[in-house]
Amino acid sequence: MNFKQSIRWFWPIIPILGALIFTAVLLILFGASPLEAAQSMWRGAFGDQSKTLSVLAFWIPLLLSSVGLLVTFTAGLWNIGVEGQIVMGAIAASWVALKFPGPQFLLIPLEIMAAMLAAALWAGLTAILKTRGGVHEIFGGLALNNLAIILTNYLISGPWQPPEGGTFRGTQPFQAAALLPRFAESRFSPISFVFAVIAFGLIILALRGTVWGLKLRALGKNPRSAFLLGVSSEREAILAMMFCGALAGLGGAVRVLSWFDSLRQSISGGIGFLALLVVMLASFRMFWVPLIALFFSAVLNGSISLQLRTQLHSSLGGVLTGVLVLFMLLFGNPGVLRIGKRSKEEVRDER
Amino acid sequence: MQVELQDIHKFFGPVKANAGISLQFEGSKVYGLLGENGAGKSTLMKILSGYQPADRGQIILDSKPTYFVSPANALTQGIGMVYQDPLDIPPLRVIDNYLLAKDKKLILNYQAAKKEMKDLLSKYNFDVDPDYLIESLSLGQRQQLELVRLLSGGAELLILDEPTTGISAEQKEVLFDSIRRLAYDEGKTVILVSHKLDEVQELCDYAYVLRQGKLVGGIKVPCPNERLVEMMFGQIPVREVRPDHELGKTVLELKNLSIETPRLTVQNINLEVKSGEVFGLAGLEGSGQKLLLQACAGLLRPSQGNLLLQDEEITNWSYHHRQQAGVAYLAAGRLEEGLVAGLSITEHIVLAQPKHDFLVDWRAARDITTERIKTYQIVGRPDSTADQLSGGNQQRLLFSLLNSPLKLLLLEHPTRGLDIRSTDWIWGLLNERRKDGTAILFMSADLDEVIERSDRIAVLSGGVMSRIVNAKETTVDELGHLIGGQA
Amino acid sequence: MSDELIRQLASILLQSSPLIIAVSGETITERVGVINLSVDGTMMMAAMTGFVVGLKTDSLLYGFLAAAIVGAIMALLVAFGSFRLKQNQVAIGFVLTLLGDDLSAFLGQNYTRIPGPVVKHLPIPVLKDIPIIGPIFFNQDLVVYFAIVLIFLTWWYLNRTQPGLHLRSVGERPEASFARGINVNRLRYIYTIVGGGLIGIAGAAYSLDVKLGWSDGHTRGLGWIALAIVIFGGWSPVRGALGAILFGATKALATVLQRTFPEVSVVAFNSIPWLLMIFVLLTVGSEFTERLILLMPKPMRGPMSRALRVSPPMALGTTFENE
Repeated sequence: MNFKQSIRWFWPIIPILGALIFTAVLLILFGASPLEAAQSMWRGAFGDQSKTLSVLAFWIPLLLSSVGLLVTFTAGLWNIGVEGQIVMGAIAASWVALKFPGPQFLLIPLEIMAAMLAAALWAGLTAILKTRGGVHEIFGGLALNNLAIILTNYLISGPWQPPEGGTFRGTQPFQAAALLPRFAESRFSPISFVFAVIAFGLIILALRGTVWGLKLRALGKNPRSAFLLGVSSEREAILAMMFCGALAGLGGAVRVLSWFDSLRQSISGGIGFLALLVVMLASFRMFWVPLIALFFSAVLNGSISLQLRTQLHSSLGGVLTGVLVLFMLLFGNPGVLRIGKRSKEEVRDER
Repeated sequence: MQVELQDIHKFFGPVKANAGISLQFEGSKVYGLLGENGAGKSTLMKILSGYQPADRGQIILDSKPTYFVSPANALTQGIGMVYQDPLDIPPLRVIDNYLLAKDKKLILNYQAAKKEMKDLLSKYNFDVDPDYLIESLSLGQRQQLELVRLLSGGAELLILDEPTTGISAEQKEVLFDSIRRLAYDEGKTVILVSHKLDEVQELCDYAYVLRQGKLVGGIKVPCPNERLVEMMFGQIPVREVRPDHELGKTVLELKNLSIETPRLTVQNINLEVKSGEVFGLAGLEGSGQKLLLQACAGLLRPSQGNLLLQDEEITNWSYHHRQQAGVAYLAAGRLEEGLVAGLSITEHIVLAQPKHDFLVDWRAARDITTERIKTYQIVGRPDSTADQLSGGNQQRLLFSLLNSPLKLLLLEHPTRGLDIRSTDWIWGLLNERRKDGTAILFMSADLDEVIERSDRIAVLSGGVMSRIVNAKETTVDELGHLIGGQA
Repeated sequence: MSDELIRQLASILLQSSPLIIAVSGETITERVGVINLSVDGTMMMAAMTGFVVGLKTDSLLYGFLAAAIVGAIMALLVAFGSFRLKQNQVAIGFVLTLLGDDLSAFLGQNYTRIPGPVVKHLPIPVLKDIPIIGPIFFNQDLVVYFAIVLIFLTWWYLNRTQPGLHLRSVGERPEASFARGINVNRLRYIYTIVGGGLIGIAGAAYSLDVKLGWSDGHTRGLGWIALAIVIFGGWSPVRGALGAILFGATKALATVLQRTFPEVSVVAFNSIPWLLMIFVLLTVGSEFTERLILLMPKPMRGPMSRALRVSPPMALGTTFENE
């Protein structure tokens, strides 16, 4: 490996270091020791078995949504509505859990199917607003995010409020048969891990090996040419969105059926937006997605227990991930940072 | 003003666009700069007008060496260029476009500018309303505005790049009158960049000829045409005689077809294209030819009338439905509307297959690609991406993506920007297609191409179609009149 | 006109003022060809900064100034990342939006839900006594006056001045601007930063005037609404301001309705801004509108199309390099 190659290989360390330094400076400004904070974040994430399992439990829906976003990003779509799709999945799963009695082996597939379907339709709505209504998916998705959250609040405070009266915080806990089997009294459900692995494998196969994946890539790079080459841009865009929506909805179902045991006010907890950051950080390196998602999950869980211990606002985790993605986006490519071509003046002086 | 170019070099990667060109221009004269496509004319003139710097060599104005940092800088030193695609700002009004960067005052003085502009326009018999939007003007009018803008900016040497491509016969007359006036009454230098010999003969005093990036020589004009042709091509090219061809049944039929867009309405088009026929559409850019092709392809919905493909009503069929039925459409912008930058040749070929399996068999796809690359003489590897190919190779790739058999082929500027060899090769390919019974409907800004390659021709002017003429019996003059809107 | 209605209108104008300022800022940015998608995060950062600095220095001026600087810095990041580092404008703006949300929550954590400085009511003598117009427009505070002046100043600058013409030309066809000696990227830097500064002022206008104080996600969502209004306004400062006022009016109407029909869930009213956002973008974007226009009698089509259809600056979101 020559010098240039090794620079390219190790370069990403620089923006990562930059993000860490930025966060450390913030902590110092607030009178906290960065080292102690890092330690307590680490303990908060991996300190004991239950904490590690929490990180894993948070990781699953994040991974499912990120994997779904790989599809929409490939098709050149900014599926910011993924947050709302998670929420709709959670609502649909809760609906089944609250309204249908039944044995576990029937209830859980039903919940999951309902969640995937509802979220796929919600995502499809964004896509149709774009293809038929000329509403950019960023705005359509954003509006639908907020509408989904408002719908949750309505359900919690209205029709689905617990019998002892609305607390605005959540529905009553679901029947035991409706919940995903969890590992050792934690929030982590091994079955959801299986879902995530299957989803990841399927998406990689779809994007690399199928004509559909090729069509999405063409669409993402040049929609007009793709259309003229015979790709039905509207159909593929809607399909890509619905595909992503279905996975996000599955993530939403995992949130209500294993992380919580009821529908809560902030059911997604920003997982959708976090997933967007995961995929942006990975850019098109698909195999990095699970690792980055795991890291983000650890950071977020760590910062929550940091707040409990030191009173520092838990948004620190969001700051660290956000700065990391920003710095990677800006400075992650050493090629563009080269001091550039010689200026015109220099060229002129040589004449 | 005396202008001299000394030993100008310009490279684009390995391509030598200009390889040591030296020229002189004097005042009160009209110069022609001749050469076939790709000879280096445009590059040289972009250097002279400050749009791009030379890699080596010097520009000397009135015996002082100089250097231009931008076109604006060149204009302050007296050199201005009118581009084929005028460098104006289409969504602005004429007067805003005229005022832009004209002075350093804070507040725009519309009244004074309008008066100034009207005077200048009428001086050269130009006619443009200052309150119109640029995008609603014809190409000829936009050229006139650019000329006026450059003159008011103090241009002493004016370069016109292929100014007669896409303008009407009357506008051409007006333009030529104004060029003569600028040179002979006002002592300015005019350079006409062209590959049309007749125009150079008619207008210029002296012609320089470029070939493959080098100066072949200069000659006083008028002179015998053969002389110029020999300088341009090295030898007089033998034009292939178009093979006569038996026409078959009607493939495409348009009945009273109208298309309405906010800018232009195309009205009552009736025409038939037969199997094996090449039908040419001529007209100014934006007269409705493109709309017509797009309506035939299914990209635009006609507001009235019917489209028939082999007697079957297809008016309401979508683009993809027609594609399945054997209609193909190739747009002019290769990387914008046709190929996907970043996808490889193999991936294009997989996408364009009429039938798909669910999974891609990449090995089989590579074999097909290797074979197509050979058949279509594409310079590239199966995993070269479309944007790595040259313009001619991109066009070859587009043709290699067409499926067989085709009933109808719709082409927009099939050879724009290609050299003679590629052009001939592409028309050879198209002639093969017509032998298989494909009907070809194409549009081109190059009248010679339309006349030479078509069986029949229709001209569109402001959305109205002329009578249909037989290509063998028509002349450039006749078409020119039709393009100007005269019957 | 009843006093109640006049009071309502005055209040709508006050409520809409920050949005008008943000819309003006983003309109300027987009007219020069740059998409600054970070509006939502920028406004939160600026609202927090403006409040904290205003509180600490006990000076409104410093509060607004600090907010403007924060807005300008966020905009500079978008511009620098896009022009110099060749990264996607939308991606940078989006990350900044999320980051602004979290960073403002973190930095402002010790200042939530406490009282702070307030922009003072400042009626303009004489003018405030004009019937109807006086109480609506001239019995307000400096933020409102600034917003009103800004609407017309932006319009005038864009349409009547040479630098404004430069600005527009760069957003439409930068290569033509370059050919006339205009430094495209310099103008893009300048106006992106100016636009960002205005967005910053809009953020502080919330925390110091219209929605007093600071809390986590204090102005969350309003930046996105401003972005949608810029599109709805067809990239015109005046139409954009009308859009902002329309939005404010709808919200005020919702509050009135809510008081009248308390039995209807608050949820229905909360969803109004988002439904409205989809609706207005549908009117300017959908094929349906196109067909509707084509159904009109011919002389009506031009004006209708100008009223309903909008087209973005031709070079919006692209980058420019000469040669």
